[in-house]
Amino acid sequence: MLSESGQQVSQTKQVKQLDRVIIRFAGDSGDGMQLTGDRFTQESAVFGNDLVTLPNFPAEIRAPQGTLPGVSSFQVHFADHDILTAGDRPDVLVAMNPAALKANVGDLPKGAAIIVDTHDFTKRNLDKAGYDVNPLDLLGDANDPLGEFQVHPVDLTGMTVEAVKEFGLSRKDAARAKNMFALGLLSWMYGRPTEPTTKFLEGKFKKSPDILGANLAAFKAGWNFGETTETFVVRYEIKPATLPAGTYRNITGNLALSYGLIAAGVRSGLPVFLGSYPITPASDILHELSKHKSFGVTTLQAEDEIAGIGAAIGAAFAGSLGVTTTSGPGIALKSEAIGLAVMTELPLLVIDVQRGGPSTGLPTKTEQADLLQAMYGRNGEAPVPIVAPQSPGDCFSAAVEAARIAITYRTPVMLLSDGYLANGSEPWRIPSLEDLPQIDPAFATGPNHADGEGNEEFWPYLRDEETLARPWAVPGTAGLEHRIGGLEKGDGHGNISYDPANHDFMVRTRQAKVEAIAKSLPPLEVDDPSGEARVLVIGWGSTYGPIGAACRRVRRAGYHVAQTHLRHLNPFPADLGDILSRYDKVLVPEMNLGQLSKLLRAEYLVDAIGYNHVRGLPLKAAELAEAIGQLVGQAEGIDVDLGEHGLNPPADHEEAPLS
Amino acid sequence: MSSTTTDLGTPSFRSGTELIPRHDSADGAQTAKEFSSDQEVRWCPGCGDYAVLKAVQSFLPGLGLRRENIVFVSGIGCSSRFPYYLDTYGMHSIHGRAPSIATGIATAREDLSVWVVTGDGDALSIGGNHLIHALRRNVNMTILLFNNRIYGLTKGQYSPTSEVGKITKSTPVGSLDHPFNPVSLALGAEGSFVARTIDSDRKHLTAVLEAAAAHRGTSFVEIYQNCPIFNDGAFDAIKDNDTKEHAIIPLVHGEPITFGTRGEDGRGDKGLARGAGGGVEVVETAAVPAEQLLVHDAHNPDPSTAFAISRLTDAGYLNRSPIGIFRQVERPTYDDLARAQVADARTAAAAGGSDDDRLTKLLNAGDTWNVG
Repeated sequence: MLSESGQQVSQTKQVKQLDRVIIRFAGDSGDGMQLTGDRFTQESAVFGNDLVTLPNFPAEIRAPQGTLPGVSSFQVHFADHDILTAGDRPDVLVAMNPAALKANVGDLPKGAAIIVDTHDFTKRNLDKAGYDVNPLDLLGDANDPLGEFQVHPVDLTGMTVEAVKEFGLSRKDAARAKNMFALGLLSWMYGRPTEPTTKFLEGKFKKSPDILGANLAAFKAGWNFGETTETFVVRYEIKPATLPAGTYRNITGNLALSYGLIAAGVRSGLPVFLGSYPITPASDILHELSKHKSFGVTTLQAEDEIAGIGAAIGAAFAGSLGVTTTSGPGIALKSEAIGLAVMTELPLLVIDVQRGGPSTGLPTKTEQADLLQAMYGRNGEAPVPIVAPQSPGDCFSAAVEAARIAITYRTPVMLLSDGYLANGSEPWRIPSLEDLPQIDPAFATGPNHADGEGNEEFWPYLRDEETLARPWAVPGTAGLEHRIGGLEKGDGHGNISYDPANHDFMVRTRQAKVEAIAKSLPPLEVDDPSGEARVLVIGWGSTYGPIGAACRRVRRAGYHVAQTHLRHLNPFPADLGDILSRYDKVLVPEMNLGQLSKLLRAEYLVDAIGYNHVRGLPLKAAELAEAIGQLVGQAEGIDVDLGEHGLNPPADHEEAPLS
Repeated sequence: MSSTTTDLGTPSFRSGTELIPRHDSADGAQTAKEFSSDQEVRWCPGCGDYAVLKAVQSFLPGLGLRRENIVFVSGIGCSSRFPYYLDTYGMHSIHGRAPSIATGIATAREDLSVWVVTGDGDALSIGGNHLIHALRRNVNMTILLFNNRIYGLTKGQYSPTSEVGKITKSTPVGSLDHPFNPVSLALGAEGSFVARTIDSDRKHLTAVLEAAAAHRGTSFVEIYQNCPIFNDGAFDAIKDNDTKEHAIIPLVHGEPITFGTRGEDGRGDKGLARGAGGGVEVVETAAVPAEQLLVHDAHNPDPSTAFAISRLTDAGYLNRSPIGIFRQVERPTYDDLARAQVADARTAAAAGGSDDDRLTKLLNAGDTWNVG
């Protein structure tokens, strides 16, 4: 690894073992921080660490350069054991300009390391970031604002420009390789393998040898700088994590979701038809699926959100696996059409990658505030099953499960992902196809009823006794010609009916059909290692990681807490009521103002207690652990002090990974 | 990222019904009765929709297609009950969205004859966006727009084709909105087949429907349709035997466009000729040399003349209206191209193994590592 550079290899540097590190790369939107973070992540994944990532970028495509709103960051948490979150507070901040420092320094714990590119600390950029005085000029002073941290000022840009001189690039282009210099330096510091990045760059810049050469040179120079400089005297080693056996890859939620949809098509034998209108943070699913026509996937970029779902409904009527992808605002526009799919009882996947709301809200930030919209956001009694993935990789199986329900029960299914799952990534154990359900579309092929005179006919609303699903008869099937639509239909024959008793029956039947799905669900898993917990923490969706990490903290501090997580939000698993009743206190952490807790209260008359933040970011495990601890104290009548596992870590925990 | 374009190739133009399985004549001729469902038709007495329904039920068997391969999709409005009365596959959907649903059906399946039944409110008001985009994409389907120039199902408000100043329940002192001319709109959206016909002229209606079905792409047919309850008489001038030959400007491809009192040579006393400013104007046939009369060319790739002709439609009480096929040109259809992209990708990938094999490969692509 780069030893051919002629530099001495790490013998002079001390190597220190760590079990986990959180690094945040931060810079201007144009500085390539997402790419840098993504490459570091890939290197760590290939190395075998467990990891979780948190990209965080502005909604503006090119926000004003050098400003606080223009700061883009990428956080990666990697460890030698299984971890659940991207981490509350970074141990290391890489700041490429004053704004990046200013915007992120508040998140750092005492003792954290800051590697800062001094090049952009000019009067103009300091002004833009709102610094009256250059904080780097005050290092070591009595009033050093960064006195709590280990600050390493390095002219990353200057050294990059120097390193790539031979390629004859303009100064601007040369400076653009500074993210690779930073990546090289951090890769050296944490002993990351460099081959994946070298290979990646070779692929990306195949057609531009000079740009490729410059990026490789910058990457190498960053590594060598770490090796030779006296600024950094320690390297760190984070051993590979022990994960369940299997083949792994790193994957984002949107990619896993796309693959899940393709897999659902292959496993059901149905062509996938996506009707979609671009919207952040869901568009990547449209982009990805449009590449996979070879699996029979058709993607239609519609004129609007309504047309997206309209085309998907049409394709479903014609026998495809209809899918529409969007975010909260799009769901609002699709509501009437979702009702049509409920009424026509056609299989349909409605994927909501939630973002901050209401209205346009926070397009690039995460939130879980569409649960009640998914549950109730339609006219009339229009029940829709809801499933939610709990981690980026889990988006794959959640998509397959949503398709199973949609096809088996002939119903639209809502899948609630979110911005964090969509763009965050984690190592994903690649499933083998045999482990995926085979989904039988079971198209109707012939008459299913005889009229009074014994003539065979087709009744489009004659239901399966077990699932209450109606037959799916696709155009082209002779003898099964029928009409469906939004008007109420008579039980069985499906013709328009305004009969009051029939409407009452049909409303209840559609509800009963959705409730019947619970019979097909496995028992809910409850994680209660001691069996003595009196507090249950229950969540759904992307809060799985923070909740799990918070429960671990509480348990490590010596207390008991149980955790369960809902994949199915409508219907709830059949045993949920029993489980809730076993605990004295139920805590429901959510990135909304208490939507699941409202549903649990209504359904089970349980005093569900909310823990709610809507900051556009995942919940923080240490804060949540404190809230759980308080509740454990109340439930058990004891004083709870989480000590180092809560918000007050001891000195050694705070110690910087850099010296 | 820089945008690039790719040559999609020159498609071979086919009939609109070419890929649809045909009725086996050995099973006997199909009848209008077979295409009629057992549902009681519930339009108002005297509604123009009856005439269109009868014409469609009678015309469909002649297409020679298998009944199960025909799909009618509608939105909301009086006309949108149409699919219930045909014994084909059908969907009565939601207001304005039928073109989007039909787009999904037509793109997903090459073997279906797809029809949209809509009205002036459904297609031009709440669903205007879907209409223009269907025309733009040129999806292989036929859109029948029943234009009664009023909202019937909501009991009589003015519609986007009502004349300015119309007194209705919602406009007691007269409507203010300038009306759409549906044919002009469809031509503006670059419709590849744009026609207009009349509910009461069964022969013309049937001929236009036949041409529309045979056209590959989005066929747009505006049908003037009388609402006897809320807008009775809106089309009297073009329906009344005494006035219609002066009100209807018949468009026949390849023929000089004339109307009015017919002479021995069959020509009307009025005709169309090129006007100033790129438009067309009505002239006295006798007053201009025969070669100056405009010969209708529906196949002209340039829609300008068709648009100019469409502007001769009265916006107020319809004292005059061109009727017939304004435009019929060949243009690649969205659904054919979309299916070709999928088929080409599948053909190219076939060497890579079964879908299962290729899916396994896809999931295992990129940087992977093994544990245990």
